[in-house]
Amino acid sequence: MSGGRGSAPGAGPRHARWLLWLPLCAFGIVLAVVLWGLWRPADRTVYSAMVGKPLPDFTLPAIAPGKPGVTSADFRRGAPRLLNVFASWCVPCVAEAPQLLTLKAAGVPIDAVAIKDTPADVAAFLQRHGDPYASVGSDPHSRLQLALGSSGVPETFVVDGQGIIRLQHVGDIRADDVPQLLQALAAARGAGAAR
Amino acid sequence: MTAETGLVALWLAAALALAQLVLGALALKNGADAARAAPTVRAVATVQGALALAAMAALIAAFLASDMSVALVAANSHSMKPTLYKFAGAWGNHEGSMLLWVTILGLAGAAVARLEHRLRADTLVATLAAQAAIALGFYAFLLFASNPFARLDPAPADGAGLNPLLQDPGLAFHPPTLYAGYVGLSVAFSFAVGALVTRDVGAAFARAMRPWVLGAWIFLTLGITAGSYWAYYELGWGGWWFWDPVENASLMPWLAATALLHSVSVLATRDGLRAWTVMLAVVAFSMSMIGTFLVRSGILTSVHAFAVDPRRGAFILALLVIYIGGALLLFGLRIGTVRQGKLFEGVSREGALVANNLLLTVILGIVLIGTFYPIVAAAMGVQLSVGPPFFDSTAGPVALLLVAVLAAGPVMRWRRDDPGEVAQRLFPAIAATLFAGVGTFVLGGPIAPLPLLGIALGVGLAVASVAPLAKRNLRRAPLQLWGMVVAHLGVAVSLIGMAASTAYTQERLVAVGTGDPARVAGFTVRLEGVRPLVGDNWTALEGHLNVTLDDEAIAVLRPQVRYFTTPVTTTNESAILTRWDGQLYAVLGTLGEDGRWQLRLWWKPMVTLIWFGGFLIALGGALALVGHQWRLWQQRRRADAVAETAAWSAA
Repeated sequence: MSGGRGSAPGAGPRHARWLLWLPLCAFGIVLAVVLWGLWRPADRTVYSAMVGKPLPDFTLPAIAPGKPGVTSADFRRGAPRLLNVFASWCVPCVAEAPQLLTLKAAGVPIDAVAIKDTPADVAAFLQRHGDPYASVGSDPHSRLQLALGSSGVPETFVVDGQGIIRLQHVGDIRADDVPQLLQALAAARGAGAAR
Repeated sequence: MTAETGLVALWLAAALALAQLVLGALALKNGADAARAAPTVRAVATVQGALALAAMAALIAAFLASDMSVALVAANSHSMKPTLYKFAGAWGNHEGSMLLWVTILGLAGAAVARLEHRLRADTLVATLAAQAAIALGFYAFLLFASNPFARLDPAPADGAGLNPLLQDPGLAFHPPTLYAGYVGLSVAFSFAVGALVTRDVGAAFARAMRPWVLGAWIFLTLGITAGSYWAYYELGWGGWWFWDPVENASLMPWLAATALLHSVSVLATRDGLRAWTVMLAVVAFSMSMIGTFLVRSGILTSVHAFAVDPRRGAFILALLVIYIGGALLLFGLRIGTVRQGKLFEGVSREGALVANNLLLTVILGIVLIGTFYPIVAAAMGVQLSVGPPFFDSTAGPVALLLVAVLAAGPVMRWRRDDPGEVAQRLFPAIAATLFAGVGTFVLGGPIAPLPLLGIALGVGLAVASVAPLAKRNLRRAPLQLWGMVVAHLGVAVSLIGMAASTAYTQERLVAVGTGDPARVAGFTVRLEGVRPLVGDNWTALEGHLNVTLDDEAIAVLRPQVRYFTTPVTTTNESAILTRWDGQLYAVLGTLGEDGRWQLRLWWKPMVTLIWFGGFLIALGGALALVGHQWRLWQQRRRADAVAETAAWSAA
């Protein structure tokens, strides 16, 4: 071999020792990251781009018997409210109905947007599963839903007294979500008072 | 009964895997026993594979019969579903896909047991023992944490249906192909572990391992290509790669396997890169397992994550620690005692292959970091997702550098080459690159630097990739050489497709009433009407679009909005017109209050080249595989002939 780098068989240089442990170290780092990811409490919150932004302007016609429709002006009267996006044809909406009633009992005003719904279906839904709503507006083409950055039903928004969205809850409200929502409402009230 | 048969088969397969592992370990402890134990271990591995296959068949039978008393069938199928989706629905869910995973693992082990005759007996026994060890863990995962055969009592009247996005013929082929690739890499992993145990790392070992790597890599390439096309037409976003964690999970093993494929050639041909090759073999399958873990644990949210269950995640994580940690520990302890292979000059075929390997590894690292970074960021309290801007701007330039090396490598000589002569051999390719670059810049209109480089280097690579065939008798050129040429040409074709479609895609989002024209890239698309349609388990609104080019009607496109009943979901079925120079892609949106329909139109020039190139890459792999096996067969026949002649003359 003419090159100085050739090695005679059997007498070749050994591999650099520390390099051999590099893959194991890399795997260790990945493992640490993954362990952390696995053990951290599951955080399924959607960090909405709408949080901190004002509600879009809208006026939705009434759909439930004896209840007014919803307008964005309702949310600028100084007290925080919940805006619940639901539909009579949505199964998780049935599941969250008791929690909404609990919130109503706790004195929380709740307005609703019914997506792609009919007055008859909404009336039947409210009769069967209880009626927590102060007003229900109809959004037959999901216009407001899209403007809210909501991707499905049900979703619930905490809106403070100035019409600013404070929290977006995606999916049905479970029993353990109620305290978090009440907390967000209290915080919104506090912030409103401070202002 | 079918479900119980499947469960019994699964338990028996697990028991045989344990037997295979123990037998192998005992035989290896007494070195002399390995050769004697080999036939037994081979037989056990074969039966184990057959039993895993039987379990999979039982699950498919339960799905085909719509046996709703099986919990998995009830949760994922529906009696009204078309038969193809009942069949494919068997793996369109967590438990079923894990069973498919294990089945392929078992079959891969059985294939090694039946077909591998070049490996030293003790290394073979160690390899099969390692394969059994992997299988054992995943059998345990199925039996204890994801039983696909669990019964429901009472049985529901009907099932919940399959996710409509998965109700596509692609589901029948995409997962099995991809899994064959993913899990096929387990063979390389087991080979590496086996060779480390018996300290048998060398050229002969590499020659034995090469076809297995090649086989898995072909499936992986096909799986990724098909998956990309499926996402492109089914998801209706018009994109072909989203840098979704699950896509990354399939890309990472592919990158490692591609690096392995090239380093194993160096080891087989020149007996160099011993430690590196062994490490890549371990890393490639580790990436498969990490990918499985990513998808199944739910630590990363993704459209593919149909089983978000942290406990299952913890189980797979434990398996990962044992297998990957164990293999890398063995690597660290043992490889130091393996003699270093042959060295070589920087400017040489080996040098180019090392550069290829390093660049592939860098891309792998980028993808790995990009995929895991959201978790790290979450640890620091920041919510973010890492998407195309990061990957395109980091992996893109490295990939282009890799393409340059890829063009140069095949025209270089082994061991040592002269830089001047290499440049001379590359002259046509360099000229083509410059020509294509300048031509695109001048004629093609405004273009970003990365796509411009992509087109130029793609054309250059296309020229360079056929250079090894120059001055050769084409009919006598070995099939392996053809394989390399075709695969590299595939990379060039795919790259041109990616760059051109990225640079020149035209998009139009319009609201159209009946009879209104919409124009995109010279095409006029006129909405003639929308009509309702009823399918097996869906109803749809179908748009009727007349497409004209230069006042000549050329096609009718029928995009649909489909409404599925079980479960209630809406999907957009895109309609695609394929022309030689690209695709016209139409998606029907929603009906506005003014009676006009939303219509999304794309003209994607050269986009089909992406998947055609992917197919060429896989075809190249297949040619190389056949070529290697053909040569092996010829060698064996010649050896037989020599032995016969010797016997004759002795007589």
